[in-house]
Amino acid sequence: MARIFRPSQQFTDNQVTDESVYNQRRQLIKTLGFVGAGALLMPSAGAVDWFSSSKKTDMPQLRPLKHTKPAEYQSSETLTPFDKVTTHNNFYEFGTDKSDPAKRASGFAVSPWTLTVDGLVEQPFTLGLEDLDKKFSLQERIYRLRCVEAWSMVIPWLGFELGSLLEQAQPLSAARFVAFETLYDPQRMPGQANRFIGGGIDYPYVEGLTLQEAMHPLTILATGLYGKSLPPQNGAPVRLVVPWKYGFKSIKSIVRIRLTDKQPPTTWNRLAPQEYGFYANVNPDVDHPRWSQASERRITDGGLLARNRIPTRLFNGYEEVAPLYKNLDLRKNY
Amino acid sequence: MNRLFVRPIRLSRWQVVTLKTAIHVLCLGYLITVFSLAILDRLGADPVESLLHATGLGSINLLMVTLCISPLAQRLPCGDLIRCRRLVGLYCFSYALAHFAAYLLFELQLDWTLLTSEIIERPYITVGFTALMLLLVLAATSPNAIQRRLRHRWQTVHNFVYLCAALGLLHYTWSLKTLWGNPLFYWAGFVLLMSQRKSKLAAWSKSVGTLFSPRASSEKS
Ligand code: HEM
Repeated sequence: MARIFRPSQQFTDNQVTDESVYNQRRQLIKTLGFVGAGALLMPSAGAVDWFSSSKKTDMPQLRPLKHTKPAEYQSSETLTPFDKVTTHNNFYEFGTDKSDPAKRASGFAVSPWTLTVDGLVEQPFTLGLEDLDKKFSLQERIYRLRCVEAWSMVIPWLGFELGSLLEQAQPLSAARFVAFETLYDPQRMPGQANRFIGGGIDYPYVEGLTLQEAMHPLTILATGLYGKSLPPQNGAPVRLVVPWKYGFKSIKSIVRIRLTDKQPPTTWNRLAPQEYGFYANVNPDVDHPRWSQASERRITDGGLLARNRIPTRLFNGYEEVAPLYKNLDLRKNY
Repeated sequence: MNRLFVRPIRLSRWQVVTLKTAIHVLCLGYLITVFSLAILDRLGADPVESLLHATGLGSINLLMVTLCISPLAQRLPCGDLIRCRRLVGLYCFSYALAHFAAYLLFELQLDWTLLTSEIIERPYITVGFTALMLLLVLAATSPNAIQRRLRHRWQTVHNFVYLCAALGLLHYTWSLKTLWGNPLFYWAGFVLLMSQRKSKLAAWSKSVGTLFSPRASSEKS
């Protein structure tokens, strides 16, 4: 039955999609999709857009970053192409549509930037971007990224273990959780200034992990992908990547990391506690009220006809984290 | 210029045909274009999602256009506009069908058990499905012959389009993760359109009851 829809070779080869094609199709959707009252009334995405062909999605200069490729973190899975990794982003600070951040964040000025580590630590400190580059050697880590919306990607991140950063601050024995905070700057992040762009979320975006989770070697702070520094839409200059949890845990554009003794508030949990829990471990047996989590669509290079629905694995296939949750009811602590 | 608005404008047969042709070209052309681009993987990073959005939004937009046609035909001195309402309505249904097809074929990839459980368990899918079923009834009862057979009850049946629009907008609102967004503008438009039809809605709510009553069906003869 499904045979009819198997992709033909011809189509799967056709994966090279340059930016102009992306622009073209945006244009088309907007013009012919009669975008509707909302867009017409909104100054930012107004009708004028339909006629200006120069909508910018150009990548700002991405710096190549020196890195090693430890064998245990390479993968034989098909990677999600760079174009897709950088044009399909949930980053509400730059708009709620997944194609928004690539457009709205393109002019985002990353520096100056500081990252502060404080709270229940012996040695609080603040780092500039240059310090990050100098102090930590980068590894390429190919991780699966599973979004709570039941799609997934495979991304070659460049980063270093969060644990090595936290150790430098020397956590106190009372510290049990780690709280993260995204930049709050409505001037640079339009979604924070306008709720019709940012979905009316309480900003800044905040996330959290248990200290154990934060110290796990799989947990990294990423400063790049595909061999270069992070594009703004992917969370430049530094973001968290926790591959066994749903994507929203991997907070972007971090300015502050604070160690605490209490479970910190997290953005989506605050917004809809019955939908998004604190742990948010990938789990095919615990459905989200809006999406079945039993399977996912893997976004790689196929078009519409790609048969890309695959079963979802517990902890996104990273079973080595299971001991962290020995004594936890994963159904209650979703 | 003034004359245009003072004198009633009658559309000639050819003008109506031209208008309808334009509607065909636009609606069908767009649908073919987005499906082709999606097959070629040129419709954004996730062509499946882009297609769901394009067809879903297309359907809801066409539904809003359909609802605008009769107030427009009354206010502009061009009652003939009403003659293309059915076509726009049918395209609204076609887009909704394409939306559902995209969901079943490309999102769920023909996983029928998943389809059943999603329709039952996910409120926003349940609502979308109900809207689609209503649109199906409206499309199926749109041919002239059926219109004649249903007589006065046809209007009662077709006023379900208002419920359909409300369900479509609810589904749209619910499909997003936050409340603030474009659906709010659509709701505003919907309320405005409904406020033009207050008395009609009141009369309709009474006649719906009789739709299924034995008396109404015995009238059929
Ligand atoms: C069985 C019927 C239906 C199913 C299974 C269905 C499924 C879906 C799904 C899964 C989405 C979310 C796409 C995403 O953001 O990932 C969606 C969005 C949407 N649907 Fe439906 N739908 C149905 C009927 C309808 C009908 C009848 C209409 C219109 C009258 C409609 C209009 C929309 C709109 C406007 C959106 C939002 C698109 C956007 O966010 O840009 N749907 N639908």
